[in-house]
Amino acid sequence: MPKAEGGIPPTKAITNMANRPQPSFPEPDTQHFWDGCKAGELRYQTDSDGNVVFYPRGHSTVTGDRELSWNVSSGLGSVYTYSVVRQNRMPGFQELGAYAVAYIDLDEGFRMMSTIVGVDDPTSDIHIGQRVKVEFEEQAGEDSYPIPVFRPV
Amino acid sequence: MAQERLAAIAGIHEYPLRVAPGVSSMQIKAESMKRALDDAGLDWGDVDGLYDALDGEGGGGLGLAAYLGIKPRLLDTTQVGGSSYEFHASHALRDIAAGRCNVAVTTYGSTAASMRVPIGTGGMGRGGASWQQNMEAPYGSTLIANYAMVAHRHMHEYGTTTEQLAQISVATRKHAMRNPEAVKAMTDLQFVKVDEITVEDVLESRVIADPLHLLECCMISDGGGAAVFVSPEIARDIKKKPVWIIGAGEATKYRENGGDITTSAGAQSAPAAYGQAGVTPDEIDIAMIYDSFSITVAVMLEDLGFCAKGEVGQFIEDGHLAFDQPGLTLNTDGGGLSSNHPGMRGLFLLLESVRQLRGESNSQVDGAKLAVAHGNGGLLGGTHTGGTVILAAD
Repeated sequence: MPKAEGGIPPTKAITNMANRPQPSFPEPDTQHFWDGCKAGELRYQTDSDGNVVFYPRGHSTVTGDRELSWNVSSGLGSVYTYSVVRQNRMPGFQELGAYAVAYIDLDEGFRMMSTIVGVDDPTSDIHIGQRVKVEFEEQAGEDSYPIPVFRPV
Repeated sequence: MAQERLAAIAGIHEYPLRVAPGVSSMQIKAESMKRALDDAGLDWGDVDGLYDALDGEGGGGLGLAAYLGIKPRLLDTTQVGGSSYEFHASHALRDIAAGRCNVAVTTYGSTAASMRVPIGTGGMGRGGASWQQNMEAPYGSTLIANYAMVAHRHMHEYGTTTEQLAQISVATRKHAMRNPEAVKAMTDLQFVKVDEITVEDVLESRVIADPLHLLECCMISDGGGAAVFVSPEIARDIKKKPVWIIGAGEATKYRENGGDITTSAGAQSAPAAYGQAGVTPDEIDIAMIYDSFSITVAVMLEDLGFCAKGEVGQFIEDGHLAFDQPGLTLNTDGGGLSSNHPGMRGLFLLLESVRQLRGESNSQVDGAKLAVAHGNGGLLGGTHTGGTVILAAD
């Protein structure tokens, strides 16, 4: 399994959004994933047959087996699809201007929702199939969880 | 294969107002049930089965029978979003055929417009801890953005264009302008243009979430209604001709690693429904498809078998959809895009199917004999359900 060495260092001020909704705990399925984000690791699970399990869960979605292994992704993937949100009445996002949401297909075979950062204009600078790499966006507040976001590479 | 006649829709009612301040959802449900029973010529006390999607103040399901004042011998509280009512019809077919009830009702009431519920653009919330919420809430997706991601992928894979998708809005508006309740809805909800629209109108409306424009998005209205499901014995003596439920299918789909987002749960539910009904897509006259957005209809036209996956753009360009065009006719009431969308539109798909098969639609297709109602609940690009119901004229 791929293993990042020492994790990926956190970055700051890439979308000017440090007030994203935080994950809520206790939530046993996703705790280890989010602990990984603090360690600069994008973590995913596999079952004993090698099937990728994601989003994180306590069982294999292929076999029901509860013996799962945690792995660290290279953080590299491709944009499967995306949209640029022009209107969201939720505080925080409401003031953000146009921003992207996307499904990213990671090279290890799992798909996650995220956002694309580091583009001048999300309406024109993002395309399906674009190669991207994970970053961990620091969040305001003490002991907050950095949020995994993706930047074109 | 001989079609079976095991359960029918005997009465319907669509609550006429789309802006109804001062009325509760429960009042809409109760009034709609009474009027649907009147439509069938049945009495309040005849109801022995109750289906409910858990809408309404104070608890649907458990609380609804108490509010109505009935004691059904069958209670089914299936809640799968906007497709709940297709699931209710499916379950009514099963339950009535099994002798579990003879006169069953499903009701819907919502005051989403008066309560100013931002269904499409309110964000996906900072709700309580859950495995899925924890993975998606940080990104500020909206319901519309979720459907828009399906549209982008469909365009990428198959070359589908916004101009093609816009034709769905154009045809639906044409039907809406023939429906006085839809015209009043658009007026009361202060649509900029209460008239027929063009592809250019759709393209010039503002983008809500790329690539979806405002005129590709359903309205948010108040509203509701009811449908009465009965056994063949009851169906013999009702006021109007029964409309038979001859097939049903249910399915769910969700974000999967490596999955195809352009194929919906409908690809699983529709074959099951056609199979039970013993009909094929080319025999269908009327398609009542949940038009939350243009892309929802496009995907469903493929998944319901009216054209192959990826070919809906050409199918639309070939000239279908409007009631005065040859071939398949779509959403003759004006749809969620231009008539009625209080949050869970699935009920109205059944109601307009019944009108068409009775010959009562404002955009009547001559000799319509078979309709398909397909509801989609939840998020097309995420976790959703598909409920397909095949309906036949008497």
